[in-house]
Amino acid sequence: MVIKDQDSTEVLEPQIDGVETVELAEGELPESLLRVRLKLGWAGFKKNWKLFSENKLGLVGLGVILLFALMAIAHPIMRSVGPWQDDNVYDPVIGFSAPVTDFEVVATEADVVDPDSQIDQVTAQLWCFGSVAGDICSINQTPAPPSADHWLGTDPLGRDIASQLTFSTRAAFLLGTIAAVVTVAVATTVGAIAAFYGGWIDNFLMRLADLVLLLPLIPILIVVSGLFTVTMPLLGVLIGILSGFGGTAIVLKSQALSVKVKPFIDAARVSGGSNMHLIFKHVIPNVLPLSFLYMMFTVTEAVSLEATLSFFGLINADMTWGIMLSTAQTQGYLRSGLEFWWLLIPAGLAVSLLAAGFFFVGRAMDEVINPRLRSR
Amino acid sequence: MTSQNGSETRVKVENLQKLYPISRGVFRAPTDFVHAVDGVNFEIKAGQSLGLVGESGCGKTTTGRMLVKLDEASDGTILIRDSATDEMIDVTEINSKTEQKEFRRNVQMIFQDPYESMNPRRTIFDIVAEPLTVQNLGTTEEREERVVDLLRLVGLTPPEPFLFRYPHELSGGQRQRVAIARALVMEPTFVVADEPTSMLDVSIRISIMRLMLELAEELGVTYLYITHDLAVARYMCDKIAVMYLGKIVEMGPTEDLLTRPMHPYTRALLSAVPVPDPSYKRPEVEIEGGVARAINPEPECRFIQRCPFAQDVCRESPHPDLSERGNDHLVACHLVDPQGNWMGAERAVLDLRS
Amino acid sequence: MTDTRMDTAEGRLGDSNSHAEAPILEVNNLVMNYELKGGGMVSAVEGVNFNLPRGSSMGLVGESGCGKTSIALTLIQLAAGNARVLDGEVLLDGIDLLKLDEEEMRQRRWTDVSMVFQGAMNSWNPVYTVGEQIRETMDIHWDPKPTAAEARAKTEELFNLVGINPEMIDRYPHEFSGGMKQRAVIAMALACDPKLIIADEPTTALDVIVQEQILEELKKIQHELGMSIIYISHDIAVIAEITDLIGVMYAGKLVEQGPTAEVFKRPRHPYTWLILSSTPSITGDRRQLAPLKGEPPNLLDPPPGCRFHPRCPYATEKCMQEEPPLAEVEPGHSIACWHPESVPVTLAGSTE
Repeated sequence: MVIKDQDSTEVLEPQIDGVETVELAEGELPESLLRVRLKLGWAGFKKNWKLFSENKLGLVGLGVILLFALMAIAHPIMRSVGPWQDDNVYDPVIGFSAPVTDFEVVATEADVVDPDSQIDQVTAQLWCFGSVAGDICSINQTPAPPSADHWLGTDPLGRDIASQLTFSTRAAFLLGTIAAVVTVAVATTVGAIAAFYGGWIDNFLMRLADLVLLLPLIPILIVVSGLFTVTMPLLGVLIGILSGFGGTAIVLKSQALSVKVKPFIDAARVSGGSNMHLIFKHVIPNVLPLSFLYMMFTVTEAVSLEATLSFFGLINADMTWGIMLSTAQTQGYLRSGLEFWWLLIPAGLAVSLLAAGFFFVGRAMDEVINPRLRSR
Repeated sequence: MTSQNGSETRVKVENLQKLYPISRGVFRAPTDFVHAVDGVNFEIKAGQSLGLVGESGCGKTTTGRMLVKLDEASDGTILIRDSATDEMIDVTEINSKTEQKEFRRNVQMIFQDPYESMNPRRTIFDIVAEPLTVQNLGTTEEREERVVDLLRLVGLTPPEPFLFRYPHELSGGQRQRVAIARALVMEPTFVVADEPTSMLDVSIRISIMRLMLELAEELGVTYLYITHDLAVARYMCDKIAVMYLGKIVEMGPTEDLLTRPMHPYTRALLSAVPVPDPSYKRPEVEIEGGVARAINPEPECRFIQRCPFAQDVCRESPHPDLSERGNDHLVACHLVDPQGNWMGAERAVLDLRS
Repeated sequence: MTDTRMDTAEGRLGDSNSHAEAPILEVNNLVMNYELKGGGMVSAVEGVNFNLPRGSSMGLVGESGCGKTSIALTLIQLAAGNARVLDGEVLLDGIDLLKLDEEEMRQRRWTDVSMVFQGAMNSWNPVYTVGEQIRETMDIHWDPKPTAAEARAKTEELFNLVGINPEMIDRYPHEFSGGMKQRAVIAMALACDPKLIIADEPTTALDVIVQEQILEELKKIQHELGMSIIYISHDIAVIAEITDLIGVMYAGKLVEQGPTAEVFKRPRHPYTWLILSSTPSITGDRRQLAPLKGEPPNLLDPPPGCRFHPRCPYATEKCMQEEPPLAEVEPGHSIACWHPESVPVTLAGSTE
């Protein structure tokens, strides 16, 4: 007895709008499974992109991130083939350039008629030691406001702000990427293993996560940077571990727990799948989207944390946005209000914008991921 | 396939037990146990199917899960004939990875929920081919052909358009067909089916049941069919076992059990089944209340709290053994004589409400 | 047509109920669509007509997605936000419920029409006793508010009616078993003496024995209180057991309706015949069941003509083009089919 007469007219359910799938005609087998998978991946990506792009804030965030990416790429180009080729001037760390102004030294403060071209003898000693009235004193002007040579001006040490800003972008991305990868790896593994095995393993890992969650992040990093030399990659790993092992691992564990009790886990076990197969092929792929979401927030955190730590001079790096702000502060320009705005606004804005960009993308991803989690 | 002489035993379960400890904190050994499955014995012949019927919480699903080694038995033996060596293998003794793999090839399961039993992120091809993939059987092309053959076998024709769909693109009936294909991809000889049609619409249900019957005949598969629905068990099974609180209280050939129910619980269950015929005159339901949990049960008949016929003997002696009352029909009740005659009161109504 | 249908039902119910006036509920040409986000309409309920005589029970039966629950939700105006009632009226005791605004409808829920949903037993708030929660409903809807003694007396009466020990009034929901909770839900539905109860899959999540007990209680309530009840179920066997009238729905339309006994004795619509023929039963021939091929249509784009034609073994050219009207085949029993004569007189088996 055969059932061939049945269901030859099966009608597929309406597809979720926008989904594209790989259509195979009767009797046709795909020439390569890899290509089918790529096509499916692309179709899934397009569907998610459609959902993502409905969120305007997410698009803005993505635009901001892309803008910074362009800046990071722009720096080496500007330095090698662009107008910033002169290392002595445009190197973000050791470059120096300052417009020189000649002042006529006069006897007393009362004699200064034009403060732009005259200087009293006492003050002049700061720049031209031993000069007397009637001498000409040449003064290097630092920090200098934006000009044609220095689009964002120079810092108190005469270094080009635009060059520093774009150079630091690379460091920020490096940090963000390392922190992101480490968070995802740590959080999904810890969460999935704790949920899957349960028992004392779960207890141990989750108590550890509670502990990490309780640790105050900034003081810990200050202590660590006192004990070790903290470079940017190391900072990325630290932030990744601390935020991945803490809150993110706990969130992902509860998600993994709800995946673990799904019958498809039992079905895979009956198929003969080992624990590792179940964890890596079934549990983790179903918590990964949530993990990516938290990854975005970790990047946000990493970018602002770096600025904080560099500001206190705790990071061993050539130049970062935090160091730029720190320079302005140690030279006493932080309290001068907006008169020297080019020392504060570019770096401060870069930190805030990039952090906000990742945050907005995270929020928009939330809307892509969560409806699916809710509606299975 | 192995030889198909009808009398060969495919599965033999002896004194199967599953106790769940009731946790009393981390550092105290549990003293209370839920007797989810408590001394279950049955045998399934090759090509036959046994229906395990009972209300929720009676231990039927736990029994099924122990048979496919999703849960470990607390005690007892589960002997399942290995299709390759034709030997009876004790499932509870399987430990090594190679033994596990061999066992998984031979014994499979179909799950209740066609929505939740498939990973939403994998395609139909991945799902059906998974047993082959994890056991590393065949090349990719061979797997593909095998999956196509199976999809055709379970009535998803033409099969190719289904291969790279995701489960959510299929209807419930189609999904359950995929689940059947997955269970059969390694040519098992024994399949545990846990309420495979209870979540499907009536109009789909019968075609899935019919498909399963046809495949059983074609491929020589033996089923343990778990269901709460006696009408479904009647359609699917050659033999029915009725479970109550971890015990089989009655077991016999389907028609015999349905026409000559002996245990008061079976009688109550049978009289409660809705019949699609308004003129059907049902026997009065005799029992009240719902199923409890068997926590450290007393040595008395397990059904005593709901039995309207209970006598002193039921209270004073331990739970009666399942014993034959003619025609391969077994009952565990003190009030049924060896010929299968009812010795208790003609009628009794016990009201547990007050 | 409408009149005859009513007469028949009343004639049959005459002995158990003295009311012989207008039906309690009249649904006329109800059309309801769900608007989809990306545009497009799902035709969920399409031109449904039925009358429910006072004091009788009617079962709406069909597969999931056939529109039976959508009808219920439309009656009490609790359908999802994207539901659009395009046409029709729902007269409860002569008042069109569809014309009421939200506040007026809110007042009529529980007092005029109350409902028992499938998962209702899980909707008890765990921090209040069941008695307190029933009292709350009375406080909101009774006019004047009941005194403590009145409320208690009424609750005790209801508990006795649905078969719960009245001592359970002061217990918390977790102390009730699943069946008990569902009985308490029925008690709550009766708390404001409604004219009509809508029970949507009231026993689906329950075990057979408990299901049987609850169906018995519902039957008792209908007969003792002269309550009018609409049952919604996918299980045709449950409907057979408890209703006076039955409406079989397919893809948003009523395809067959009539007195339950007659419809089951001699189903005239191919869909009803196939559903009855494919329902396993503990009675009758064991494996003489005829499967229903295919799957229900996509209501975003329902098939033209008779909506059942793609799955119907008797479909002809005419069925694919013209929509059959719901027409009477014998007094009180109507079907929407062009070829009722094709349907075999006896159930099942013929395709085996």
